[in-house]
Amino acid sequence: MTAALSDSKGAAPEGGRVLRTNPRSTLTRGAGLGLGVIVLWFSVLVLLPLAAVVAVAVNGGWEGFLTTLTNPQTAAAIELTVLTSLAVAVLNVVMGTLIAWVLVRERFRGSRLLEVIIDVPFALPTIVAGLVLLALYGPSSPIGVNVANTRTAVFLAFAFVTLPFVVRSVQPVLEQLDREAEQAAHSLGASAGVTFRRIVLPALIPAIAAGAALSFARGVSEYGSLVLLSGNLALRTEVTSVRMLTYVENGNLAAASVVATVLLFVALVVLVAIDLLQRWLVRRG
Amino acid sequence: MGKAARRLIVVIYLLALVVVPVALVFWNALKDGLGPVIEALTDPVVVHALQLTLIASLVSVVLNAVFGVGVSVLLVRYEFPGKRALNALIDLPLSVSPVVVGLSLVIVYNVRDGWFGAPLASLGIQVLFSLPGIILATTFISMPLVVREVVPVLQEQGTDQEQAARSLGAGGWTTFRRVTLPGIRWGVIYGVVLCFARSIGEFGAVKIVSGNLTGKTQTATLAVEQLYQNFNQAQAFTIAAVLAGAAIIIISVVAALRVRVERRGA
Amino acid sequence: MSIVVSNVTKRFGSFVALDDVSLEIPAGRLTALLGPSGGGKSTLLRVIAGLETADSGTVNIEGTEATNLPPQKRNVGFVFQHYAAFKHMTVARNIAFGLEIRKRPRAEIDARVDELLKLVHLSQFADRLPSQLSGGQRQRMALARALAVEPSVLLLDEPFGALDAQVRKELRQWLRRLHDEVHVTTVFVTHDQEEALEVADDIVVINGGRVEQAGTPDEIYDAPASEFVMRFLGPTTHFEGHVVRPHDLDVFSIAVRDSVKAEVTEVQRVGHEVRLSAKPDSASDLTTVSLTRAHFRDLEVGEGDTVWLRLAQGASQIATEAAR
Repeated sequence: MTAALSDSKGAAPEGGRVLRTNPRSTLTRGAGLGLGVIVLWFSVLVLLPLAAVVAVAVNGGWEGFLTTLTNPQTAAAIELTVLTSLAVAVLNVVMGTLIAWVLVRERFRGSRLLEVIIDVPFALPTIVAGLVLLALYGPSSPIGVNVANTRTAVFLAFAFVTLPFVVRSVQPVLEQLDREAEQAAHSLGASAGVTFRRIVLPALIPAIAAGAALSFARGVSEYGSLVLLSGNLALRTEVTSVRMLTYVENGNLAAASVVATVLLFVALVVLVAIDLLQRWLVRRG
Repeated sequence: MGKAARRLIVVIYLLALVVVPVALVFWNALKDGLGPVIEALTDPVVVHALQLTLIASLVSVVLNAVFGVGVSVLLVRYEFPGKRALNALIDLPLSVSPVVVGLSLVIVYNVRDGWFGAPLASLGIQVLFSLPGIILATTFISMPLVVREVVPVLQEQGTDQEQAARSLGAGGWTTFRRVTLPGIRWGVIYGVVLCFARSIGEFGAVKIVSGNLTGKTQTATLAVEQLYQNFNQAQAFTIAAVLAGAAIIIISVVAALRVRVERRGA
Repeated sequence: MSIVVSNVTKRFGSFVALDDVSLEIPAGRLTALLGPSGGGKSTLLRVIAGLETADSGTVNIEGTEATNLPPQKRNVGFVFQHYAAFKHMTVARNIAFGLEIRKRPRAEIDARVDELLKLVHLSQFADRLPSQLSGGQRQRMALARALAVEPSVLLLDEPFGALDAQVRKELRQWLRRLHDEVHVTTVFVTHDQEEALEVADDIVVINGGRVEQAGTPDEIYDAPASEFVMRFLGPTTHFEGHVVRPHDLDVFSIAVRDSVKAEVTEVQRVGHEVRLSAKPDSASDLTTVSLTRAHFRDLEVGEGDTVWLRLAQGASQIATEAAR
């Protein structure tokens, strides 16, 4: 995620008026021009289209929202997506922390290889991810496990694409941890388990939360890996993004926009939460 | 839980979820020998798809590299109103569903009543269902990747060298070109490479925006889907293997380079 | 004896940190492990605490064979150079930690924490976070935390190393007073000989993974067992094939019995003392003599003049390697 930019607020001088040592703008003319161009580019490319989606959704008024969201197929899709993303986020909290721990604290031959393996789901095209899972867990599975067209497939696909998030979030924090604090706990009589629970875990929780939030957001937006794997069966294995695509293909841009707005809102909430979390962390030092 | 147990759980989890499935794709692609592979790769539809993917990805990478470096410098070296908002919004494309991206582009650029689409059409420029639309989609999706790699490097580099250059009389642009840019080159390289990997892999947004016209606007990822759904599994696995192979090579090289650069720099 | 270390060896790869080290730490006293950086004293302390495992040898604490016990079971308090504070807990919770995991009743814990906060003069900081404290305050908190569980032994690893010179001096005096009040067997590691000489009841000098000498500060200073110990504990100079202390050399302006003739090459006035560099006729090296200003004034000598030097009665001297 974008690194937290620490607020550089200068200290107020003793006595007298508090001077603002952090100026509102330090832009030179060239930089100001660059900023203008960049903001324009970003707006045209990203902000405007997203705003258009919200505009179309809002255009239909509350009735539009209600009609779309109460459509049984759409409601089922949203419910499936959100619940599965939450479940996978919980799985990732446990497995992600465990993997990060093993990678950082228990280096062994081949742990370098594990690092690359963990990044694979992030780098792989989503459609290929779907095919990859289909190869082992689909109709022609060499081990006879076939979860294609079931809800398990949705869970599996989410677990695959969100694998790296908690791991990569927790890893740097673990690497920076003060080992001597753990040794101090040991000298005071704390077992390894107690030390982990009371000394290490509290320090990791912000990173775990950030990773879980990213994992949830990714799950909710996932599309490509599900196309071939889940069968997209209405009311059973259809996720929100597939539902949206159906609306688009049928020309019902309004309904698609409603669903999209709901997803955008979720994404925004996640982003704000992470930003607040990071700022709180920087303040805590 | 013992050390060995932890390690075992992690290894089994990663094997079951990632390693074995990926290996199977390569196996499926190669199990009937190289013949089908070559046949798949020389199929004109496939060739066109791969070319289209490459072109669109390269263009979006260049655009995002310029934008990414520019935004990074602004965010790290300057103060301005709205800076925190910009910083938070930059990550937006990564959290948005690709289908939403596709939808948003359709709304804005469709010929009938798109905010830009209608006026552009009257100028004879078609965005949707053609290359420009695909480029827009892939650029949108991978936009933050260069920024995320360059910002930390820029922060760590500090302003000392730039201030030294200024004190020696170098202007803003010269300082940037000869001091800042070389200093952040590894961040830029990583960002560009990740951006490229993400671009060649884009699926959902491109599906909506391109219309998926075989041989015309069908990218590699779209080709994989179509081939599989047409029961042409062998070819689907072949292209999938090519894309997977490219992604794995990219992240392995980046990982290896990172280690070497860190070791040299330390 | 409180701690008995027998034939302990510890290697890190090919580097031998401790080489067949044996020593005994007396109970109830304040002992310093003194030596240069990298000499093995921190390693020894950590082996005693159980934070490192020796490759061979045994550690016995208060009569209990502790060699194979994990640190949790050794009942030793440990204080780290960089405080090792529990960053997310208040000062009071830090101190209470050891008691909480021993599941003592809340009232008992609160009482003990209050007692310790008073002892280390941190009562008004009880609800602050460690990051809000100065370095010296954090170290006092760390000490209180270690003492809370009434350890049989208190181990401190360069406890004042991360602090300013002034705070260091204050805290070492404070540690001495604390020890006098609490009487726990205390071992602290330092590379600062002034600190060891000022504060400790006993000093063990460790260098290159070996014990050079163990004894009281006076014994170590006045009767050093080796040239290394002599050099490490205070200023030295060469004289007549021996290593001696500059202030043990008497200077005369006329020849006296058993004295050596030398030419003054340099006079340095440093604060309250004067350092004379003189070249004895019989030697090629310069000898440094330190004397008081008053004595120097009485001598009425300067650069280029001849003086006679003699080692004071009973002064320590050690034959140099070259002379042997």
